[in-house]
Amino acid sequence: MSEQTVIEAVRATLQSEMRRDDTVIVLGEDVGSRGGVFLATDGLIDEFGENRVIDMPLAESLICGVALGAAVNGMRPVAEIQFADFVWPAINQLVGEASKVRYGTNGVKTAPMTVRIPYGGGVRGGLYHSQSIEVLFSHTPGLSVVAPATPYDAKGLLATAIRTDDPVIVLEHKRTYRLVKGDVPDEDYTIPIGKAEIKRPGTDMTIVTYGLMLHYSLQAAEMAAANGIDVEVLDLRTLRPLDADAIAESASRTGKALIVQEDTPAVSISSEVAAIIGERCFFDLDGPITRLGPPELPPMPFSPIQEAAFMPSPEKILAAITKLSEI
Amino acid sequence: MLTTTNKPSDPTEQLSGTRLVELYQTMVLSRYLDERVWLLNRQGKAAIAASAQGHEATQVACIEATDPSKDHYLIYYRQFAAMMALGTTPEEMLRGFLAKEDDPMSGARQFPLHGAHPRVDLFNFSNVIATQLPQAAGVALADTLKGSDAVTIVFFGDGASSQGDTHEAMNFAGVHKLPVIFFCENNRYAISVPIEKQMGVESVASRAAGYGFPGVQVDGTDVVAVHEATKAAVERARAGDGPTLIEASVERLLPHTTDDDHTRYRSAEDIAQMANRDPIKILSELLKRRDLLTDDADAEIHAAAKKRVNVATDTVDAEPYPSVDTMFDHVVDSVGGNF
Repeated sequence: MSEQTVIEAVRATLQSEMRRDDTVIVLGEDVGSRGGVFLATDGLIDEFGENRVIDMPLAESLICGVALGAAVNGMRPVAEIQFADFVWPAINQLVGEASKVRYGTNGVKTAPMTVRIPYGGGVRGGLYHSQSIEVLFSHTPGLSVVAPATPYDAKGLLATAIRTDDPVIVLEHKRTYRLVKGDVPDEDYTIPIGKAEIKRPGTDMTIVTYGLMLHYSLQAAEMAAANGIDVEVLDLRTLRPLDADAIAESASRTGKALIVQEDTPAVSISSEVAAIIGERCFFDLDGPITRLGPPELPPMPFSPIQEAAFMPSPEKILAAITKLSEI
Repeated sequence: MLTTTNKPSDPTEQLSGTRLVELYQTMVLSRYLDERVWLLNRQGKAAIAASAQGHEATQVACIEATDPSKDHYLIYYRQFAAMMALGTTPEEMLRGFLAKEDDPMSGARQFPLHGAHPRVDLFNFSNVIATQLPQAAGVALADTLKGSDAVTIVFFGDGASSQGDTHEAMNFAGVHKLPVIFFCENNRYAISVPIEKQMGVESVASRAAGYGFPGVQVDGTDVVAVHEATKAAVERARAGDGPTLIEASVERLLPHTTDDDHTRYRSAEDIAQMANRDPIKILSELLKRRDLLTDDADAEIHAAAKKRVNVATDTVDAEPYPSVDTMFDHVVDSVGGNF
């Protein structure tokens, strides 16, 4: 057991998976000597060499297309997209191609590939280093999408992703990389895809969230506790498939649901979570299903004042908790 | 454009006269089956077909230069004759076109010629043009990591040469000297858009210079020439010397697909002239000039092919469609199928 940041957990997991399985390779922009712009692959080229840690040309469609081709020919590639904002050229190879390999070949071919994508804002990234891109992938049958928010979950879910015989998108919130620390066991473990986790038990209402907003929600829950409101915080961890049972169980038990996300709300993860709660918890609710997110603007302004105004914060979440608790 | 001489090369040591006759038989069988599929479309039984008529010599000769026991084939939708050359039976082909339960490529989930072959490593994941090129580079990369001497051959049309994925894949293959052959079947039309509107250079092959590997132009109606060009590329790739771009000039004798009408964009003269470049006619004449085929033997080959196609049609026409419940299979291994 040791205390690690999220980025340290990611790096250690890549290293241990590469030691464990010779077919695991890493490819992306600047993943070699540079160690990745966030240092997720720092040192890997020294241990595993440039055959298994591949500095790719600056071409995202190529990165994902090569990963897919290598995956159907016996490798377990872990592709890194440098920033989520740059993934759009690769959507064709991921949403269009990788997601349908097993289905389109009637099970003859599989694509055991992982794509790590740093996403999210609050880092002064402006319009092109801040985006939340989860919805396009989480809308796609054939893909699994995980969004670990703690070092423990980052290790367990990345290990699962690499060992899964189908494509898995791993969304890592870049603000959590060095902000969030936690204990990580030394021994090998995995976390199943599709399982949410209650990160803070409570009785008065349920917050459903993921990513950086998990940590803001936990802070808001502590502030609410001081006001006598006992908030449960459910971390989705996986965005496809959503853990509908865990969502419904918690919302039914507390009777109130607040969904918090950093992505713009229209047609998003919070829309789907709200639908699940509406369909499965209708008679158990004693308040409206409530959503908190940023305004419907292109994410997100570079100006520090506007960025702060755009991002949900513990204070904004507390205000939503308070309002919902009064209904 | 490549000058078309219609003077096909003679048999060689590597491709004997006897073997040429066998390849001719495959081409004829492919042609009859291809024609049958269009008929089945007009009968309302085959929803869609893209023809390989005019491309047969190129496809059959190219496959002949590879090793199906270990090589990888990333095809596109017009590789009808290539699939036949790799041993796909007429029944298997028809199951794809008629969307029958035992379609070996995709269980009738995909268009014909899409999915993965049950016996050789031939696959075609999608209809989206040129996506297979980066994938082919990845397949070839995996072979280099595994220490395999397998070669990856990826097919595409002249239209695909305009896609960014094509550039990205060739660039990467050049950087790593990957064992991959980029095989372009240039029939001068991307549906209706002529080659002059696709590119500002004379040939697709000339672009290879920009990636640091050879680009070769070959007459795609010349079986021996295509075989030789492919053989050289295969040997180069197996030796670890890197990729080759081959551009075979062919005719698309029919419209783009059964849903197209090429009289809307091709002149009557252009369409009429194509008949002179029919690869079956060209090879038949060569074989007869070299006393490798008699008129009687040729007639027998045609009769046998027609009979074979009739038998396959009757068989597959009577087969069932897949049941609805199978459409839920093979989304992902264990999770993710349902949101």
